[in-house]
Formats: sequence, structure tokens, C-alpha cells
Amino acid sequence: MNPVLKLLLEGGSLTTAQIAQVAGFSVSEVEQHLEQLKKDKILLGWRPVLDLSREAAAAATVRAVIEVKISPERGGGFNRLAERLARFDEVESCYLMSGGYDLLVFVKGASLQKVAGFVSEKLSTIEGVLSTSTHFMLRCYKDQGFLLDVGEATTTRLNVAP
Amino acid sequence: MSNDPKRWVAGHVAALPKSGIRDFFELVAKMKGQDVISLGVGEPDFVTPWNIREAAIFALERGKTYYTSNLGMIELRRAISTYVTEHFGVDYRPEDQVIVTVGVSEALDLALRAFCNPGDKVMFHQPCYVSYHPSISLVHAQGVAVPTFAKDNFALTAEALRAAWQPGCKVLMLNLPCNPTGGTCDRIQLEAIAAFCREKDLLVLSDEIYSELTFEGTHTSIASLPGMAERTVFLHGFSKAFAMTGWRLGYACGPAALIDAMMKVHQYTMLCASIIAQEAALEALTRGWDSVLMMREQYHRRRDLVVRRFNEIGLKCHSPRGSFYAFPSVAATGRNEKDFASGLLLEQKVAVVPGSAFGENGVGHVRACFATSYEQLIVACDRIERFVQAPQK
Repeated sequence: MNPVLKLLLEGGSLTTAQIAQVAGFSVSEVEQHLEQLKKDKILLGWRPVLDLSREAAAAATVRAVIEVKISPERGGGFNRLAERLARFDEVESCYLMSGGYDLLVFVKGASLQKVAGFVSEKLSTIEGVLSTSTHFMLRCYKDQGFLLDVGEATTTRLNVAP
Repeated sequence: MSNDPKRWVAGHVAALPKSGIRDFFELVAKMKGQDVISLGVGEPDFVTPWNIREAAIFALERGKTYYTSNLGMIELRRAISTYVTEHFGVDYRPEDQVIVTVGVSEALDLALRAFCNPGDKVMFHQPCYVSYHPSISLVHAQGVAVPTFAKDNFALTAEALRAAWQPGCKVLMLNLPCNPTGGTCDRIQLEAIAAFCREKDLLVLSDEIYSELTFEGTHTSIASLPGMAERTVFLHGFSKAFAMTGWRLGYACGPAALIDAMMKVHQYTMLCASIIAQEAALEALTRGWDSVLMMREQYHRRRDLVVRRFNEIGLKCHSPRGSFYAFPSVAATGRNEKDFASGLLLEQKVAVVPGSAFGENGVGHVRACFATSYEQLIVACDRIERFVQAPQK
């Protein structure tokens, strides 16, 4: 695997210069690797992992997971409808699932009403959507590998040990 | 009559030198609150993987709070036996050839106490882990240091062993890969050492605590070589590979008569290792290997980083094939290792341990542990570079 990609997968937040040091490349080589990852559509973009409950202005954001049943289509299966749903700005992630429903859709909105409105006016009115079941998220304990609030204890390693 | 309480301290204990690490620990402790980056530790920076910690919590919840068999839980000994067969290629019966101990430190102490008569000679390669020589002295045996050299990447050679050997040598202690040098021996070197041990009828105590952290090639245990299992006590533990230093859990495997002798000492002194640590260790052996591989990959990358930087800075450093220690020479700086370490700490706030803390053959070197984050290692190397380039005060 591309050594730069390996470091990205470790989930740290190294700068380009730090990646260069660790992987034993020059900074421009790392930039080339990153450019190639973008060209190959492996690296799609960068996003911070945030605990927005600590930021008053953003704390009101409402998140929900919606289980959606849709009818598959001859030729395209679930893809056309899934892509259509996924294009809405409200949708953060969208997965095709095995089991009791077809799509699992993660949405966010400024208020409960806005999310409810999106579900009732947009999502469920699309032809081919058979049913929806919306679950509002109450609290986040872990996001993308980061523990919120309940972090690890600060290190108590001795400074010098045999 | 003197009132000095020291009059009650046993002579051989009073005669033990103070650990050079201890001196340095106190120096670093004085700098508390300052932004010191420590490369002076001897343990992983990873916390024990959660599934292992969770197994210990589960065991506590089920009321596992009792003594175990002296030898350790049979389930754990079975798992150890399987693990040692798979990873080291030596078969030990869980019933009577495996003993679970409080860290490898206890296993080493048990072995020395069980096998050494006063005055027996014990060979050990040096630079070495700080407790080897004192442990030998504590059983009234006599330590015979065998030097390892930078030119050999600190591998132990049969020639050095032969040169240091003297009549009365009974035991050889090995620690490969080695703390503090990261030196290790390949199969050919080990075969020469094994042949020497057979020739001189030496018992081998092989402490292989860093074996999983071997970055190039495969680790070979001396116990797996022909004719060696019957004269080797294999010592291992969970501290380094599974990031479990604070759990204090190790084990020894060997011929039943030797394990039985160690068990005699263990039952009267320790009784058994902590049951909670044993439960955690069982989880580590059953479902911990992915974590070991993840940590090893990171150590590997960190090693490449620090070794490359040290050599760029002008601190000649071999690439340690195993462990998480780099052992660069500071000779080119014109300083001795103690002045280098204390100067670096005071001027640039990076802690490394003077090589002489690991025996006289460590002079001119420092031990830098790279079990710390990439970010910290990058900053530490930059600081070391500034220190080396600054005019000496």
C-alpha cells in the first residue's frame, strides 16, 4: 500500500512535513503521493472530527439515521434511487444495507423540524421510496475512532525507566 | 554500638551499585513542568488494547479474585504453550514445562535462585538490561560480562563469548533483541553460540521479551536450535508486545525438572501471579495478535525515522533489528555519554539515558527509546540536532 495512505489510515493528524519525516520522503514527494491519491479518487477530501456539543453555536444541530426501504429497478438495482437520495445536502452518508431495509441514511439539520421536514417532504415523496423509519441521535460517545468526553486517562508513564 | 540503621542491611545488598538509571530519573524529575520530551522510557507508549483491559474487567465482575495454581491458570499455560510453538517453534507441555510469573523479572530471578550456587559464574552480554548483573549478585553468584560491540550492531558473537569464558561458568543469560542496544543475533550467529554452550555445558536463560518487535527477518529462539531445548529456559512475557508493562506478567518454559525447581522458589516467595493479569494475558494470546502487528508496524516506522535522523545529525547509529531502542554513538560530539545526556536534557529538554547505565560497554552511547509519537520524535530529533550543532558550553 502507498506509504502515505498507510499513515493517513492510522488516523493521526500529521502535517505534510511530518508525513515526509516519518515516511522518509521529501515534502514534494508526499505532495505528489497525495495528488495521486486524489487523482485515483481514493482521497476525496479532508474533514475535521469535531465534538460539536462543546460549541454552542453548532450544538443545536440535529442528526438522525433513517432506515429507508426502496423498490429496486430493473437494470440499475438500488443505485439510481440511492444516488438521487445521496445528492441532498442534508444527507451526510448513505449506505446500501443487507437485512430488513435497503438504505441507511445519515442526515443533519439545524432543527428537529428541518430534519422532519426533509424526511416527509423530500425523502418519502420520492417515487420508489416505500417506507422510512427515522431515529434521532441523542448523544455521541465515539465518532470515527475518537472517544468523546470519556477520553483515555492522561499518561502516567515514568519519564525514565529501565 | 552504632545506631545507624544501615548496620542491618545485608553486605551483598549494600554492595550493589545504585542504578545509573535512577540518577538520571532524579535529574529528569527535577525538570517537572518543563516541556521535556522523554526518550528515556523502557515501555510502550500504547495503552493495553481495550479488549485485553475489558477481559480483566469482566474477570473481576465474575469474581475472579482468588489465588491460582502456583504454575498459573492451566488455560493460560495451554495458550502459552500453543503460542510458543507457533511463534518460536519449541514445544512445551502446559502441565509441567510452563510457569507463569510476575513479569520476566521474576522469572529471571527464580531461574538464578533455582540454578546458581554461591560462587557459580553467570555470563551475560553487556550493555544489558540494568538488573542482570545485580540479580546475579543477589544470589551470591559471580557475573561474567561478555562485551558486544557497535561494529557487530551489538550482536553477541561466539568469539566474544569464548574470550570471556572462564572455568566455573555455568549459566549464560541472553536478551535478544537487547535492551538497550536493539542488537540481536541471526540464526547463524545463534548456532555458533549454541555450539559453544553445548561445548562448555552452559545452561541458557533466554529472555526474549522483545522478540515480537523484530522488524527485519524472523526472530530465532536459541531454544529452537537442535540440542538446545534441554539446556535452555525460555523466558518471555506480555509487557512489550502487548503493551502490558504494568500488569507484571511473564512466564518461563523449559525442561520439567528446571521449571519444577523454579516453581519451588516461586511457591514460597510469590505463590502465584495476579489472577486478573492472567485473565488479561489469556485474552492477549487469544485475540491480541492484530494489536501486536499494528504496534510493531508503528515502531518500525518510528525506528526508521530516528535512525535516519540520528545518522543525519552525525550520531552514528546502527538500525536495531528489534526492540524499541536506538543506541547511537555520541563520540563524534566530543562529549561522553553522561555529559551528552545531561547537556541535552538541560539545554534542549530531551531525555535519553547514558549508555553507561547499562554497563561499562555502553560508554560513548546513549539509549533513545522510540516508543513515542511521530510528532514527539520529530521535535526531539530537531532538538538533538540543535544541541549537537550548538557550540559546547
